[in-house]
Amino acid sequence: MSKAQSRQMTGARMVVQALKDHGVDVVFGYPGGAVLPIYDEIFQQNDIRHILVRHEQGAVHMAEGYARSTGKPGVALVTSGPGATNAVTGLTDALMDSIPLVVLSGQVPTFMIGTDGFQEADTVGITRPCTKMNWLVKDTSKLSDTIHQAFHVATQGRPGPVLIDIPKDVQFATADYTPPESARIGHYQPRTKGDPEMIEALVEMIETAERPVFYTGGGVVNSGPAASRLLRELVEATGFPITSTLMGLGAYPASGKHWLGMLGMHGLYEANLAMHGCDVMINVGARFDDRITGRVKDFSPHSRKAHIDIDPSSINKVIRVEVPIVGDVSSVLEDVLERWVARGRKVNREALAKWWAKIGEWKAVKCLSYKPSTKTIKPQYALERLEALTKGMDRYITTEVGQHQMWAAQFLGFEEPNRWMTSGGLGTMGYGLPASIGVQIAHPEALVINVAGEASWLMNMQEMGTAMQFRAPVKQFILNNERLGMVRQWQELLHGERYSHSWSESLPDFVKLAEAFGCKGIKCSDPKDLDDAIMEMIRYDGPVIFDCLVEKHENCFPMIPSGKPHNEMLLGEADTQGVIGAKGAVLV
Amino acid sequence: MSPLNIKKGSTSHSAYDLRDPHAEVIEVHTLAVLVDNESGVLARVIGLFSGRGYNIESLTVAEVDRTGHRSRITVVTTGTPQVIDQIKAQLSRMVPVHEVHDLTVDGPAVQRELALFKVAGKGEHRIEALRLAEIFRANVVDSTLESFVFEITGTPEKIDAFGDLMRPLGLREIARTGVAALARGV
Ligand SMILES: Cc1ncc(C[n+]2csc(CCOP(=O)(O)OP(=O)(O)O)c2C)c(N)n1
Ligand SMILES: [Mg+2]
Repeated sequence: MSKAQSRQMTGARMVVQALKDHGVDVVFGYPGGAVLPIYDEIFQQNDIRHILVRHEQGAVHMAEGYARSTGKPGVALVTSGPGATNAVTGLTDALMDSIPLVVLSGQVPTFMIGTDGFQEADTVGITRPCTKMNWLVKDTSKLSDTIHQAFHVATQGRPGPVLIDIPKDVQFATADYTPPESARIGHYQPRTKGDPEMIEALVEMIETAERPVFYTGGGVVNSGPAASRLLRELVEATGFPITSTLMGLGAYPASGKHWLGMLGMHGLYEANLAMHGCDVMINVGARFDDRITGRVKDFSPHSRKAHIDIDPSSINKVIRVEVPIVGDVSSVLEDVLERWVARGRKVNREALAKWWAKIGEWKAVKCLSYKPSTKTIKPQYALERLEALTKGMDRYITTEVGQHQMWAAQFLGFEEPNRWMTSGGLGTMGYGLPASIGVQIAHPEALVINVAGEASWLMNMQEMGTAMQFRAPVKQFILNNERLGMVRQWQELLHGERYSHSWSESLPDFVKLAEAFGCKGIKCSDPKDLDDAIMEMIRYDGPVIFDCLVEKHENCFPMIPSGKPHNEMLLGEADTQGVIGAKGAVLV
Repeated sequence: MSPLNIKKGSTSHSAYDLRDPHAEVIEVHTLAVLVDNESGVLARVIGLFSGRGYNIESLTVAEVDRTGHRSRITVVTTGTPQVIDQIKAQLSRMVPVHEVHDLTVDGPAVQRELALFKVAGKGEHRIEALRLAEIFRANVVDSTLESFVFEITGTPEKIDAFGDLMRPLGLREIARTGVAALARGV
């Protein structure tokens, strides 16, 4: 066979070939009429593992979990029509959290497009606003280039999900396969190197800052391991305090000396007050989300701000900054460190010491303290025990969305990036279980725990079947308050205690449910039994559904109510009765 | 009273009202956006405007480079300076977008729009319409005993003015192309 002949192949085979060429080892998917040729190719090879999910939303969240825990793009494969529409939530989630995904969808054959054919949907139309880019490939000769371009776009610049819609006749037809090296991937080439002048300006800010704070986000994690390493170096060398968004946890270690804890709506008192009172704010890969800023007008009113972001549209979108730096976090941090060292490693030590003393006062408030109980398991206690008993293990955490998610962020410590997977921007209930499976598939030996709320968990619980089939020993640690806890909390605080549809009725017996899936169920309601039960969960060689019955009416504090500034934080139940007025007044 | 100043059980207050009311001046900008001429690209650009709540006053699009496979979208939009900056940043980061030019700030630019006006009438009105058309340098591109179709090119303001004058003279229909614009000089 001549070389030219050997490159001729069907569209379906091209898909598998291109995935192999991009180093893809796992695809999360669900078959259907419009992707049968691709499934036929998957059947005839062993390099790529296919994980059969139970719902396409699960496939996309698994691909997200895989991507976030490995730094590689996640891949999902779905059929036309309902397969594609089921993927929409996952795509939107990945877009909001900048997760690189390549989603392949089948489509009715080109000659049927527009006829309302069986399982036809305008997939590129529907997914246009929830992808970084998408393509409908109408010609097999363009398929391999498009797939290569898709991987390029998903991973370069600000990462994000892309979708390729492939009609069935395009999968059957043959054409020449172009390998990635010679592919035409278009002009998309975002800039990664920061403007030297702006970097100089930031170094000057660092040198003169009296009350500085690093405010870091998911961009540090996305930028790769080098970014976390450089960030740590810069923080240790300058001695500046550092806080992070929900998305950025782990980029700087929770045990680090300069760590203030998470900031934002349910962030730590010291972190939010440092943001409010700082004179220099250095935003590294975060985007001034509304969960972070609270009321924009009163956000950190006395600071000069720098913002490092690979996406120019993130800069000055919400908060105006004096020093905008468009670039990749690791490249920019490297340059900043280099310039700062070259200029003599200057910081205002004296002012910094005063600043740390002030922060010390805020820390002394111990904002995470809660009323312990010997009768019921407090959710915070459950997470403290989980943290203590799994510390030092090769551990990955995913979460669902709600109070449990915020408590997990507050009470679990992350020492490394890529260890914490949570739906931040979209806040997707039902994310955590499939994400945990995606993480476990990527890290078969690791301890993967989904910290869940019972309501969120039910949204994608069918994926326990996937966990069982593919022997993914994921631990589902459900903080069961029999409430849509976060909704209930808002209703208590902001809607006059009218608890409209915020309780979980007719819950399943989670232990029996576990048995029905063929995995292990554990139920625990007494704080005295909790440690043993957690150890049993960790030791069990297989998936576990852990029904942890917790206090039903616990609220998550601290809390900055929506639209309030950082210094109007509610610290605990007492504050909701009106105590904060006096206390808030003495703050910065 | 809770610290939120919402009496328990009595709130008509929305906790979701986060918009910052301190608005700035509204500016009009003409943007030229060079994009890959591929299906879906225009939808992506328009979707950006509708999805993020930006205004489109006028939009034109056509292929301008067949070999390079490039189209030029001219969009006239309004917003505060911060919103205009956002629009440009959002457009620039789109994968199929090659270049974004703000013709309003990049220097002087020429803006032209073409419009067709159908005016029906008899007697005095008909003569007056023809006379005004001459002043505006509009061409008659179709005529019957009872109607004219005028073709006029110019700035959107000139076309608006012509429309205002035609209205009492029997204006029936208008078709406008939207603005095309180029920076002056090289
Ligand atoms: C898909 C989806 N629907 C609705 C919401 C709104 N929501 C946010 S938190 C929450 C309650 C979650 O309850 P649970 O999972 O039990 O967690 P808890 O707050 O009780 O810890 C709801 C309904 C959401 N985030 N996602
Ligand atoms: Mg709950």
